[in-house]
Amino acid sequence: LRANGDAGDEKLTPRAFVTRSERSGRGLRVATRARAMSHQEAPYYCAGDLPAFASVSDGAPDLGTKFFAWYSAVFADGALSAREKSLIALAVAHAVQCPYCIDAYSHDALEKGADVEQMTEALHVAAAIKGGSALVHGVQMRRHAAKVGM
Amino acid sequence: VTFAETILATCGHPLQARSLGVLQVNVGKRCNQRCAHCHVDAGPERTEVMPDAVIDDVLALLDRAPSIHTVDITGGAPELHPRFRWLVDESVARGRHVIDRCNLTILATAPYADLAAFLADRGVEVIASLPQSRAAQTDRQRGEGVFARSIEGLRRLNAVGYGGGDPRRRLVLVSNPVGAFLPAAQASLEREWKAELAARHGVSFDALICLTNMPVGRYRDWLVASGNHDRYVARLVSQFNPSTVPALMCRDQISVAWNGSVYDCDFHQMAEVEPDAGPLNVRDVDPARFAERTIAMATHCYGCTAGAGSSCGGALA
Repeated sequence: LRANGDAGDEKLTPRAFVTRSERSGRGLRVATRARAMSHQEAPYYCAGDLPAFASVSDGAPDLGTKFFAWYSAVFADGALSAREKSLIALAVAHAVQCPYCIDAYSHDALEKGADVEQMTEALHVAAAIKGGSALVHGVQMRRHAAKVGM
Repeated sequence: VTFAETILATCGHPLQARSLGVLQVNVGKRCNQRCAHCHVDAGPERTEVMPDAVIDDVLALLDRAPSIHTVDITGGAPELHPRFRWLVDESVARGRHVIDRCNLTILATAPYADLAAFLADRGVEVIASLPQSRAAQTDRQRGEGVFARSIEGLRRLNAVGYGGGDPRRRLVLVSNPVGAFLPAAQASLEREWKAELAARHGVSFDALICLTNMPVGRYRDWLVASGNHDRYVARLVSQFNPSTVPALMCRDQISVAWNGSVYDCDFHQMAEVEPDAGPLNVRDVDPARFAERTIAMATHCYGCTAGAGSSCGGALA
């Protein structure tokens, strides 16, 4: 976070927000909000968190070790190739909208030999399932409407 | 950490040559393509062509270095050199295995319609560039329409017996990443490509090798211009794999430039990293001493040791 920002930083950096708000005299509401936010030093999603992923083991080392060993085994060549698994991971990453996973598996899929054409088709699979899962609930909507309607 | 320091920490001594087995000859920078990643910066406008006198010096080296088993001819498009076929014939006549590093599209041009048959008759191994098994990425790196013309080149090679398992008609494809990332595992990619190229285009090949792009030449320029350079080099450094070191290609080869200058490899040649003992011309090479030399090192050497490793023969580990 930058200590002093321009107008564009105001929404992103609490410290800059306070300084500019107090200077412009925009009132108590803004200052109170800024104080409430002052304990936050990082946004909810931070690119630097991805390379620090392994630190989640610190609180429970045995569980962490088991998780990362299992994670590595999942992505090894097996009945599915490592490339196919990477494309599945990329599609799921978009479905669960995890920016860490999207960064990680965009790069991983390229390094596994996939190209942008294959990667884009993989996302369409995820999008089709997400879209289809919304639409299939329409059957329930239609049943309800049929029941209560004339 | 420099590559030299990394090698010292890994091996306990500088990188040493092991033998003089492969003579790589870069006959010039002329090419019918102008690929976005070319470390040679080759293209149709380049005028550097190996003079006849240097070719004579190369053949003289073959005569005094019986340990050289392979003559690996590269460029540019080496077939554009007016004495390419003569160099092939003279090398074959001396009992050496010959490799032609071919861009495939040259085979589909009218003046070179008989090239595939020429190579087949002499048992020349063809190592051909094809970064991706589909058109979009290939054309992005190598030029519009290159994929389709490359497939035509493969058909011509298949028609004269290449790619069918005959060791005297060996056809190897080379894939390299279209971007700032490491190459895929070549064994699994080979299986996939064989099925895909056969099903979609009816062409076959014997093996696929995956090469890492070295941060040299036009590829380095692209890395810098696209803001990828530092992150890419950091990735190469972080992926250093000590098990690749014993198999590094520089330990068994010599690389000769169009003007006769000798280097430890083609990448050193393009980055102008001279041999550890100083500048050397091919006519002055003492095979015994050259095979025992200390190899010069540079940052781009991390490209050969990253991940599964990389060489002109593919992965190392």
